[in-house]
Amino acid sequence: MQFMLLFSRQGKLRLQKWYVPLSDKEKKKITRELVQTVLARKPKMCSFLEWRDLKIVYKRYASLYFCCAIEDQDNELITLEIIHRYVELLDKYFGSVCELDIIFNFEKAYFILDEFLLGGEAQETSKKNVLKAIEQADLLQEVRYTPNHSHV
Amino acid sequence: MPAVSKGDGMRGLAVFISDIRNCKSKEAEIKRINKELANIRSKFKGDKALDGYSKKKYVCKLLFIFLLGHDIDFGHMEAVNLLSSNKYTEKQIGYLFISVLVNSNSELIRLINNAIKNDLSSRNPTFMCLALHCIANVGSREMAEAFASEIPRILVAGDTMDSVKQSAALCLLRLYKTSPDLVLMGEWTSRVVHLLNDQHMGVVTAAISLITCLSQKNPDEFKTCVSLAVSRLSRIVSSASTDLQDYTYYFVPAPWLSCKLLRLLQCYPPPEDGAVKGRLVECLETILNKAQEPPKSKKVQHSNAKNAILFEAISLIIHYDSEPNLLVRACNQLGQFLQHRETNLRYLALESMCTLASSEFSHEAVKTHIETVINALKTERDVSVRQRAADLLYAMCDRSNAKQIVAEMLSYLETADYSIREEMVLKVAILAEKYAVDYSWYVDTILNLIRIAGDYVSEEVWYRVIQIVINRDDVQGYAAKTVFEALQAPACHENMVKVGGYILGEFGNLIAGDPRSSPLVQFNLLHSKFHLCSVPTRALLLSAYIKFINLFPETKATIQEVLRCDSQIRNSDVELQQRAVEYLKLSSIASTDVLATVLEEMPPFPERESSILAKLKKKKGPGAVSVTELDDGKREAGELNGGGDRGPDTAAMAASNASTPSPSADLLGIRSAAPVGAAQTNAGSLLVDVFSDSGPAAPSAAVNDDGFLSSAPPSEDPAPPLSEADELLNKFVCKNNGVLFENQLLQIGIKSEYRQNLGRMYLFYGNKTSVQFASFTTTVSCPGELHKPVEPLVEGGAQIQQVLNIECITDFSDAPLLNIKFSRYGGALQNLTLKLPVTINKFFQPTEMSSSDFFQRWKQLSQPQQEAQKIFKANHSMDTEVLKAKLLGLGTALLDNIDPNPENYVCAGVIQTKSQQIGCLLRLEPNAQAQMYRLTLRCSKDTVSKRLCELLAQQF
Repeated sequence: MQFMLLFSRQGKLRLQKWYVPLSDKEKKKITRELVQTVLARKPKMCSFLEWRDLKIVYKRYASLYFCCAIEDQDNELITLEIIHRYVELLDKYFGSVCELDIIFNFEKAYFILDEFLLGGEAQETSKKNVLKAIEQADLLQEVRYTPNHSHV
Repeated sequence: MPAVSKGDGMRGLAVFISDIRNCKSKEAEIKRINKELANIRSKFKGDKALDGYSKKKYVCKLLFIFLLGHDIDFGHMEAVNLLSSNKYTEKQIGYLFISVLVNSNSELIRLINNAIKNDLSSRNPTFMCLALHCIANVGSREMAEAFASEIPRILVAGDTMDSVKQSAALCLLRLYKTSPDLVLMGEWTSRVVHLLNDQHMGVVTAAISLITCLSQKNPDEFKTCVSLAVSRLSRIVSSASTDLQDYTYYFVPAPWLSCKLLRLLQCYPPPEDGAVKGRLVECLETILNKAQEPPKSKKVQHSNAKNAILFEAISLIIHYDSEPNLLVRACNQLGQFLQHRETNLRYLALESMCTLASSEFSHEAVKTHIETVINALKTERDVSVRQRAADLLYAMCDRSNAKQIVAEMLSYLETADYSIREEMVLKVAILAEKYAVDYSWYVDTILNLIRIAGDYVSEEVWYRVIQIVINRDDVQGYAAKTVFEALQAPACHENMVKVGGYILGEFGNLIAGDPRSSPLVQFNLLHSKFHLCSVPTRALLLSAYIKFINLFPETKATIQEVLRCDSQIRNSDVELQQRAVEYLKLSSIASTDVLATVLEEMPPFPERESSILAKLKKKKGPGAVSVTELDDGKREAGELNGGGDRGPDTAAMAASNASTPSPSADLLGIRSAAPVGAAQTNAGSLLVDVFSDSGPAAPSAAVNDDGFLSSAPPSEDPAPPLSEADELLNKFVCKNNGVLFENQLLQIGIKSEYRQNLGRMYLFYGNKTSVQFASFTTTVSCPGELHKPVEPLVEGGAQIQQVLNIECITDFSDAPLLNIKFSRYGGALQNLTLKLPVTINKFFQPTEMSSSDFFQRWKQLSQPQQEAQKIFKANHSMDTEVLKAKLLGLGTALLDNIDPNPENYVCAGVIQTKSQQIGCLLRLEPNAQAQMYRLTLRCSKDTVSKRLCELLAQQF
């Protein structure tokens, strides 16, 4: 996978993960172009499209679009399920996830993604194992941290 | 899980995010952000030392601001400080900031690498994973230099935790992708391959991505992975859906791992070991069987996961292309999907069938679905699905269904989306030409194309129709008649006027007998369009008029009057004015004989690749078209050899033989020859000039042929290489495809591709005569033992395509030789030796690097023998784009903003040979005034510098 973007129906970028080196300018250009292309598509259309020399796989969950760019020989359907598994992970972690969770806890969304995908490839596909890793990290901070800061 | 309250809430951050969300306008947002930036800046600069929490909070705010799309130019140092915090969350935020906002500031990189090093050696798995994630996310060359040797150790060490192994495997993959020269598996290879056997499914899932990438580049070293992958796959496929616990996804056992295993197997040919192969075929059959079973769940996730595996299995079956039974089953399965209610499946089935269409085993099976596909083209609501349907129709087209498919594509074109019209037009034009049995059909099709989608008909298309009409006298009368009729439409496209002008100018006489299309009627018809046309078209029409004067003396007075009027002879456009003046003069002073010679009918064009195909390739990239082409070569091989007249077959072969990757190729793809006899029409060459800016006439066929016939000794020994063999070789230094050799008898086209130290070359031998070549044999030999092609599948006689697999063992200077022998019926034995265009630069791997890296390396390669330099006169155009294209064709990365002088070019690459990798740097300094170049090469091996310098000095 070359990159993953999460954006809202209004076209606001909520998460961006790049697995290939690109300049900031190029990233912004790609994002603008893809957000526009994907938002213009109608609901019943197919989830795949050709874009430059890449394949775009996207799916909408409530107000959020999840959009991945994969290479020619990569598998579209399994990428669709990568998206779904990520959504499941977010859902399980936040407890019925919504766009606001991702906005206010963006760093968590990145951490979960890093446990699941690394370098653009699936690292751990077991939901249990990914969540265990994140929970352990959360525990680490509770143990080491003095609780004098209130929580959101 | 009440996770949100579980994290360490950073209240200040939450408040800030809320504020941003409440901003009513972009301006308000920017104002709020600037306020925050000022605040953070003052905190960072303040005298009071910040505690870890505050630092983390501010760094996190900066990150948020950056992700909103604003620039951040400070805070990096504070983030780096967080890396060495022993509080996990602080470290974590520090790493996240670094991963997202990498800065090539060398001072920082050193600090970051230090922190990473500490975490990697901490033996704390959580910290180690954080560090590995950071390396994988940044993946820079500096990090590769620092850690590429350490990570393989972590990956295979017995006491490494599973989660760390997973991160290490993918981290290494990322580094390998950026800096393959720095990641050396060597002694670790076999232990990495054996990770496929790991107990932990997560470890296998991660490791296999690494193994697949490494296998693609070094298939031999990793080939033991095939049997391991097959047995792992077999265990998964035959397991019950509950066996794999959490690795089962919606009742599908380990779908991600299964797909990756099937993908890995696609890096290799079918297993040679019978038992392994049997087991694999069994797996593939099981996967196909499962597709027929009722679903275990109604959830789309279940069917997606199951079908993901199925499509990957079909890709493998297509890749092997050797099991007719499986291919046909795959095709039937896809056929079912063509009518599935899920749009996604229809899309993928159409896409996958495209590749099946090019296999000789399944081509017929694919064709049975033609009606469904045509229906999809007409009724699918999603344009991307219709596009796939059009692609598939193109791929499944052959002589038996060409008329139907072309008709459907034409009718689709009337309503097609603008975005795909141009490509559709090219495809229709190619199919019409390739499968034309009677050329009147071809002419009708192209004229229809212009009528329906004139705006999308590129120059290549209408040039091609004229070329074909000129070459085939059986269609000229029909073409003249049809184009005359088409021009009668009150509004017709300018492209139609161009074709009409050209064809009536050449062949108007063939329909002049009919009073309805008498010379004057023809002229008036053309001239009625004149004023609506652009300058180039008017120029073409003027040429048609002077041709009319020659064809029909009775029109002379009328036409002279037209030429003489002020709007022509005083036209503000120089080209038009000049034509009018010259034609007028020519028609009034030249005798009929002179006129007839100057304005003689155009001579036939030499057969060559359709430039339309080249254009489609350029549009689509190398993938889509080439597969079908190669296969066409195979399928039609029988007809091609000694197949009588120069019919559509020859045209089709010429089309599939060669390609013109060069962007400077002229309109008709003229590569080797200007139209034969262009010289005769010199004076009246105005009709030629629309076609090309005729370059220097190519190596004259006659000379070539003589040399080759006389140089052939009567013995069976291979002839010495042709005298121009080196020159032919030089043509291919910066390109991989084209015509290697051509004389009156034989044309040899080449297509080649290289990856790492491996290459594959397709040779196409075209018999240009009408008689059979007997005992056609070819032999490849290498001077010395430096360069050894493996398995040269040399076949002769009826075969026209040959595949050579090439492996570069070590660096070399002499190209392999290709000897060809054959006898013509009643003729002497032909014996010809050429140099195969395999040069050391074909094994280049481009390397991107920064300016500082480049100069550092440049300095490192400063020993006198590592450098080779040449100063030479420019032999070709010094145009920037042409130079760039050549340097890219060379295989190196062309680096921008490196050389202080923007006129200069610098390139970097690594030559991959089996025994070693050779780093090469290149600098080319053009001097446009003096028309000179200075070329400097520095390579880690002196012989390579020298050889590259020699090769390249011929190219510019």
